Amino acid sequence: MKILQAPFTEEMMRSLRVGDEVAINGIVFTGRDAVHKYLHEGGELPPGVNLRDGIIYHCGPVVMQEPNGEWKVTAAGPTTSIREEPYQGQIIRDFGVRGVIGKGGMGDRTLAACAAHGCVYLHAIGGAAQVLAECVKKVRNVYLKEKFGSPEAIWELEVENFPAVVTMDSHGGSLHQEVLKHSQAALAERV
Amino acid sequence: MNVLLDSLVELIRRTSAEIPDDVNRALVASLENEKKGTIAESAFKIIERNIELAKRKSQPICQDTGSILFYVDCPVGFDQITFTEVCREAVKLATKKGYLRQNSVDSITGENDGTNLGPGSPTIHFHQHRSEKIEVRLMLKGGGCENVGAQYSLPAEKLKANRDLDGCRKVILDAVLQAQGKGCGPGILGVCIGGDRAVGYEFSKLQFLRMLDDRNPDGRLDALEQDILKTANELGIGPMGFGGKTTLLGVKIGVANRLPASFFVSISYMCWAFRRQGVELDSSLGIAHWLY
Repeated sequence: MKILQAPFTEEMMRSLRVGDEVAINGIVFTGRDAVHKYLHEGGELPPGVNLRDGIIYHCGPVVMQEPNGEWKVTAAGPTTSIREEPYQGQIIRDFGVRGVIGKGGMGDRTLAACAAHGCVYLHAIGGAAQVLAECVKKVRNVYLKEKFGSPEAIWELEVENFPAVVTMDSHGGSLHQEVLKHSQAALAERV
Repeated sequence: MNVLLDSLVELIRRTSAEIPDDVNRALVASLENEKKGTIAESAFKIIERNIELAKRKSQPICQDTGSILFYVDCPVGFDQITFTEVCREAVKLATKKGYLRQNSVDSITGENDGTNLGPGSPTIHFHQHRSEKIEVRLMLKGGGCENVGAQYSLPAEKLKANRDLDGCRKVILDAVLQAQGKGCGPGILGVCIGGDRAVGYEFSKLQFLRMLDDRNPDGRLDALEQDILKTANELGIGPMGFGGKTTLLGVKIGVANRLPASFFVSISYMCWAFRRQGVELDSSLGIAHWLY
């Protein structure tokens, strides 16, 4: 298990390889369909959101408000990343993103952006909403909630020991491509 | 109607927070079967811990609390209109309590009013029967797995799938291949052979109401179910598509008649976070017992 401690540097991300299990400590920003489309279309990041050397998390959490007004994340697993494939490479490049957490992996354009700009794809366990919510120690802020609704908002989360697996690295490696290739060959022998 | 409201909120809570026993048994067996020290094993361990935590904290197993699908078996004369009204109230309340995420948006504007109520949400399927029993089943089906559902029209030339059981086998296995990584595997398949496009998908989802370890009474379908389960687990896709021994936990196949001109195979994919429960209600509409 490798510990990824903020600030997330290019050197740190370049040292990772497909198959590495990591634990993430620091700030991550959630962002999913609405945010990616918005940024792709030239929308500006709200003041306070800084993705440079940061991590974006494909997640629409369940968040409850405590009586004192503080937010508490009660469920926070990853959503399917491939929907962001049309936008992700550009966002990695334009905003200096170092890590993308999600599930299911992404395509060639994102893989190329990871190699070009020193970013990795970190696969969290889909559906593990409680284990991952326990890793969220604090909700620092929320942005664009009125505009996009709670699941689609940008939540600024402080995480500790957040578990993930590197499935796309900055050297062109993709576990998803490997498994697809092998499973296609295995299926061809069986039909 | 407060008793019914309480019963339905409790059904929603338990469906969202607790994996049914039949599914949990299959997951435990898969963890034991997985190669030690692999990322597939790590994935299963996190899944197991998640199931335990969700149950203990009464919180959603998965943050995507899914499409809200009720299946109601009811006697002749049952008041479906009142039931529907109470059901909608229960969904609203369960959302407020955090058992359900604010998960339903206007399809055109994308607006989310935070209630989970709107056209098609929740969906309630009523089925009248000649018995006094009232049984309410609930399925919460997340978007990730719903997105990898597929409908094939046979013949499917690219897959060399003809209009026969072997053709069905080919397209079902193709759906497993295409779903890899994306549907939160290991998954469960609900399949319908035949029907029109809408009935095919509807029947495919009904298969999820079967117990995971039951056997299909139709010998031909049973053989196909067992074959697809075995073959899919030889493909090495594994949990989350990380590679590994368990790609599917189960395969359930039903049939509907078709037109001579049509031959659809409709496949619904359920993620490992298989959320379905059910209750039989007593005469005062309290929960008599749980169905899974």
